[in-house]
Amino acid sequence: MSQAAAAHAVEPAETPLTPESWGKLGMWVFLAGDAMSFGILLAGYAVMRSKSPNWPVPANVLGIGLTAFMTFLLICSSVTMVKGLDAIKRGDPKGLVKFLGMTVLGGLIFLGLQAYEWTHLIHEGLGLTQNKWGAALFGTTFFMITGFHGMHVTGGVIYLSAIAWQGSKGAYSAHRYNAVEIVGLYWHFVDLVWILVFTFVYLL
Amino acid sequence: MAHSHSQHDAHHVNYMAIFWWLLALTILEIAAGYPAAGASYPQLLKGFLLVIMALVKAALVAMYFMHLRFEKVALGYIAMIPLVLCVFVVLMTMPDF
Repeated sequence: MSQAAAAHAVEPAETPLTPESWGKLGMWVFLAGDAMSFGILLAGYAVMRSKSPNWPVPANVLGIGLTAFMTFLLICSSVTMVKGLDAIKRGDPKGLVKFLGMTVLGGLIFLGLQAYEWTHLIHEGLGLTQNKWGAALFGTTFFMITGFHGMHVTGGVIYLSAIAWQGSKGAYSAHRYNAVEIVGLYWHFVDLVWILVFTFVYLL
Repeated sequence: MAHSHSQHDAHHVNYMAIFWWLLALTILEIAAGYPAAGASYPQLLKGFLLVIMALVKAALVAMYFMHLRFEKVALGYIAMIPLVLCVFVVLMTMPDF
């Protein structure tokens, strides 16, 4: 068997699931696994809350207005993300960098507001093992879930910045935007998870 | 929601329409979660409404922003697996729910 044939046997030219690229399939499989991590955290939250006799009403502890605005920010940053992908599909790398920059900015403001929220709550008496409003597990689950999500946003900001930097160096074009589409999948997933976190932890 | 302005992308989506839907559902969710002072309704109904609206929002993001609607169906199955497994986990760990 020739070397070329052997290489083909190891890695077919395209995947039947995402013919554009293997990377896209890889991101989807990673996100499915990541969704399990978030799902288990939220399922654990639901079970502990349902068994707790003194779970506080979230609005009595958490600032709903601030987090509603954070939700709005992430939704906006998802829109700028798709606009960025649209721009490079049209062959406009400047538009790509501009919209990715706006997406990064949205993520950074989100993180800043989350840092403010955490600082405020810790100051008020909510901790990993203490909660003056009731069940201590409320604090544990709150910081675990929003912290795990915040780490994802942090990772997303770094990832997006790297893609924006490459974009500014001319790495992408109307015929070469696969990496932009893949970073978009990650970012929208972070938005999707926040939609669920906002509902289950803040509103329910 | 398909948009016909773009020639280079057969599956062009009107992203602003999705944005307004997400925003409207968020406002409805807050209204359902924290009704005006004095107003109250059954906790079970509130939970049901909030879960439905959150799932609709998540589906909008996955289908249109993540383009799942225009991908192969099998990719959708991969995306659905975590949701199914998490429902199992909740049912298993909450025997008297």
